[in-house]
Amino acid sequence: MFKVTINGLETEIEKGATVLEAAEKVGIYIPTLCHHPDLSTFGGCRVCMVDTDGKIVTACRAPVADGMVVKTDTEEVRQVRLSNVELILASHNEDCQNCTRNNSCRLQEVSAFVGINQERMSRIRRSVEPVKEDDSNPFFHRDFTRCIQCGICIRTCEEINGVAAIHFAFRGFHTKVSVLGDKPIKDSKCESCGECVVRCPTGALYLTRPETPEREVESVCTYCGVGCGIKIGVRGDRVVKVDGNRDNEVNRGDLCVKGRYGFDFINHPERLKTPLIKKDGIFVEASWDEALDFIADKMSDIKAKHGADALGGISSARCSNEENYLFQKLFRAMGTNNVDHCARL
Amino acid sequence: MIQKFDAVEKEALESLEKEQNNDIPQIYVGCATCGNATGAQSVVQTIKNKLEREGVKAEIKEVGCIGMCFAEVLVDVIKPGRPRISYQDVTAEKAEEIIDSYIINDDHRPDLALGFFGEGGPEDVERIDTGDVFKNQQRVILKNCGVIDPENINEYIARGGYRGLAEALEMKQEGIIGVLKDSGLRGRGGAGFPAGRKWESCLKPQADQKYVICNADEGDPGAFMDRSVLEGDPHSVIEGMIIAGYTIGSSKGYFYVRAEYPLAIKRLRKAIAQAKEKNLLGENILGTGFDFDLEIFQGAGAFVCGESTALVMSIEGNRGWPKPLPRPRTTEEGLWGKPTLLNNVKTFSVVPQILSKGANWFRSIGTEGSPGTAVFALTGKINRSGLIEVPMGIELKKIIYEVGGGILDDRKFKAVQTGGPSGGCLPDDKLHLSVDFDTLVEAGSMMGSGGMVVIDETTCMVDVARYFLDFTFEESCGQCVPCRQGTQQMLEVLNDICEGRGREGDIEHLIELGESIIKGSICGLGQTAPNPVLSTIQYFQDEYEAHIKDHSCPALVCKNLIVYHIDEEKCTACGRCRKACPVEAISGEKKVPHKIDQELCTKCGICFQECPERFSAVERLTGKENLAAAARGRLTDV
Ligand SMILES: Cc1cc2nc3c(=O)[nH]c(=O)nc-3n(C[C@H](O)[C@H](O)[C@H](O)COP(=O)(O)O)c2cc1C
Ligand code: SF4
Ligand code: SF4
Ligand code: SF4
Ligand code: SF4
Ligand code: SF4
Ligand code: SF4
Ligand code: FES
Repeated sequence: MFKVTINGLETEIEKGATVLEAAEKVGIYIPTLCHHPDLSTFGGCRVCMVDTDGKIVTACRAPVADGMVVKTDTEEVRQVRLSNVELILASHNEDCQNCTRNNSCRLQEVSAFVGINQERMSRIRRSVEPVKEDDSNPFFHRDFTRCIQCGICIRTCEEINGVAAIHFAFRGFHTKVSVLGDKPIKDSKCESCGECVVRCPTGALYLTRPETPEREVESVCTYCGVGCGIKIGVRGDRVVKVDGNRDNEVNRGDLCVKGRYGFDFINHPERLKTPLIKKDGIFVEASWDEALDFIADKMSDIKAKHGADALGGISSARCSNEENYLFQKLFRAMGTNNVDHCARL
Repeated sequence: MIQKFDAVEKEALESLEKEQNNDIPQIYVGCATCGNATGAQSVVQTIKNKLEREGVKAEIKEVGCIGMCFAEVLVDVIKPGRPRISYQDVTAEKAEEIIDSYIINDDHRPDLALGFFGEGGPEDVERIDTGDVFKNQQRVILKNCGVIDPENINEYIARGGYRGLAEALEMKQEGIIGVLKDSGLRGRGGAGFPAGRKWESCLKPQADQKYVICNADEGDPGAFMDRSVLEGDPHSVIEGMIIAGYTIGSSKGYFYVRAEYPLAIKRLRKAIAQAKEKNLLGENILGTGFDFDLEIFQGAGAFVCGESTALVMSIEGNRGWPKPLPRPRTTEEGLWGKPTLLNNVKTFSVVPQILSKGANWFRSIGTEGSPGTAVFALTGKINRSGLIEVPMGIELKKIIYEVGGGILDDRKFKAVQTGGPSGGCLPDDKLHLSVDFDTLVEAGSMMGSGGMVVIDETTCMVDVARYFLDFTFEESCGQCVPCRQGTQQMLEVLNDICEGRGREGDIEHLIELGESIIKGSICGLGQTAPNPVLSTIQYFQDEYEAHIKDHSCPALVCKNLIVYHIDEEKCTACGRCRKACPVEAISGEKKVPHKIDQELCTKCGICFQECPERFSAVERLTGKENLAAAARGRLTDV
């Protein structure tokens, strides 16, 4: 364990920890923009700078040393942080009102903390690169005028989803997050998992249907047997959003495109809510008991007439392992080995 | 092993003797990129044709850059038993004349000659090597440039080449490092890191593979020292790298050369092949069991890829981004995660000489803290621009007024810029300073990799700062905020100042920004990018203020702040300017003084150049009042 003193507060922390982690431990806030606890560190935004033993370093990357003395509020630190945030704002879209992240934006939080003010900003020459928005993805859009090049989306795609659909392209001031060949994201290998959108600290990656839920319900995704934990955001009786549940051991908050964005069916007017049985050429609503009895009768008939191998069962990827186990047991008990699964079709 | 090398040397000398016929005239043509750009290749062709037509025998050699770029194309002639005479500004016609007059007949043409080298030259021609250009120079790194045929390894060997390697191979690794440390050699890539210490820290780690990399990215605008060494003396760098490989225990080296240096690449390729042929490179070098191979990696010309970690990323096929701190040292975890020794072209090229001549020899040149020589690309408003090599510790004054021959057109000196986009501008009262790694940094500039631009009174210092910021802005890799956004912000402010939109507080804004960028940036590019601005503010703040407060450009450079005007009293109505103006902005007739229509004038400056000096009627005016008057169309009222 290393002993570290931050602004006079002493703490012990294991070797290899960063200054940022040590500060968190003693409850000292250090502004960050490109750091995300799920991801490797980047070190590009430079707003987390602190003074360690007289040297100015990035807290998100710098490892603690035994006996280290950290100061987070020296004149120099304040100046560098403020200047960095001013510079980011200089080429950032000014219109917070029309941004989906207004009030939940990390850039706003950090700006407020470092003390952005009108008088100083009036010296700054603003120039927002007029890059056209990428609206090719049905679930989220990419607004380059609100991107701060923190690279969180890039690292998310590579480290969380393992897809690496996006990376930085071009150089210097013209650097932007891009897919191969700077095409619309729909023409890339992006799987629309939305993990990057979740982590983007600003309104650069925003949901095309951004509705804030009025309450959240914990549940399990119905799409596949993994059974990711989700939090369903509800308004009235409408599902307006699905988030991964970070407390769920199965997925720790991560989701795929279906679980995250495929919730339209829940409130869809054409959604089937009961079994249907065709009577005289027309589908008629039925109860589950009715439907199961109907199936059982039919299957018994077929077995009696044509033998058990005339029957076959196809299970679903939506079922859990246990359900699939029971399913194949059922068919074998009926006397056939004709069991298959939708994932093989 | 030394015997093996002795045999190689003997063979080289013998074949040179066979190749070289000293009974006929030798003709040297400076054929580095600088020479070729001024037409050296066509001069070579003309000479060849002419000799053939006349049936005269002479040996033509295409040599590297001797550094006198101001006089190019340079053709040197050595007639048997005569000293070497240099001819300057040679064109195809002049080349024919020289052959007719001097080679065929015996008139050495003092009218075309620049001078001669050595003793016993003709009296009507100046001696060059003891003259101003060379007397203050000391050629160590450039000793072969412009002297040997870089495509002939035998000539390199004949001048002591590869003996340093042979001697190194007899030594223990620690011994070689000891010599380097004793020599005090500091890296020539800009930062001046002690080479011996770097080599040592690369020897220590145990690894199955280590790499040696030569940094030949040379991205500073206007710098061409490394290119000249590669073009003029490629074997010296190769030899240095082989010694490095042997010392740290590496079997593989890379040249990182920008693809814009095709001639350097071609010569390197040839040199590598020749060294392999002689068993000085490749497997089992000189029978010692030591293997070392060299590969050329062509960079795409990004300035930031000259930074060591970005360079490594680039070879690995990644985006050329410097690695932020904390990061492992390149000497411990560099290319492909293996210990890697990275040095500049000139650093490697001087190592063989240090080993063969000894640490004390090297220490005898230069200063205590910065031994050896410094190579500069001397350019700007100076009489003799070119590639120079001076002992460290020489005064700036001496370089500018003696080696460089003073300011062009006898104008007034204003500043000297060293260190390229990372460096700064030093004014008149700093000219007594000596050139070495530490003194220049103290004064607010730096050695850099060796650009030296001389600035006179006709140059605007704000414009100079803007020029360098424009460069770093374009070359920033974009990884970190202070540099990516900060260089852009500084550039915007400088643009505003130069274009009459400067605001009160801009100078403080620039200083504050500059300090934050220096402190906050990841790599040396950002950490030094504000230097040209900060140093010009430090020494020439009045020029900034004139631009901001009075919209006046004292050097009459910033287009938006000047107007062209014809002084009626002086104008003789000769009509030259009227005819020359590309946009027909000038009106007037015979005997009627001419007038410029400010609305039409694009400020191209042609009229100013056209008006004969004896009239000097076209003038440039600057400052708020003049600009306002011009805008009202009533400049004559001023
Ligand atoms: C932005 C930047 C550009 C650089 N460009 C070069 C270059 O073109 N050539 C070079 O030798 N060193 C360059 N350097 C310095 C290298 O990082 C490194 O220090 C040097 O190559 C080490 O060699 P030396 O010890 O022989 O000087 C650059 C550094 C920075 C920060
Ligand atoms: S991302 Fe949106 S909310 Fe945040 S600062 Fe930018 S515009 Fe404002
Ligand atoms: S949505 Fe998923 S796959 Fe697409 S870019 Fe973002 S993280 Fe990568
Ligand atoms: S899109 Fe968002 S996460 Fe990605 S770099 Fe821009 S601001 Fe960061
Ligand atoms: S200082 Fe500039 S060049 Fe260096 S890492 Fe940062 S953005 Fe890139
Ligand atoms: S500066 Fe150029 S455009 Fe203007 S009057 Fe002179 S020649 Fe014409
Ligand atoms: S060139 Fe000079 S002297 Fe001749 S008309 Fe123009 S301003 Fe007058
Ligand atoms: S959060 Fe540390 S550099 Fe961005």
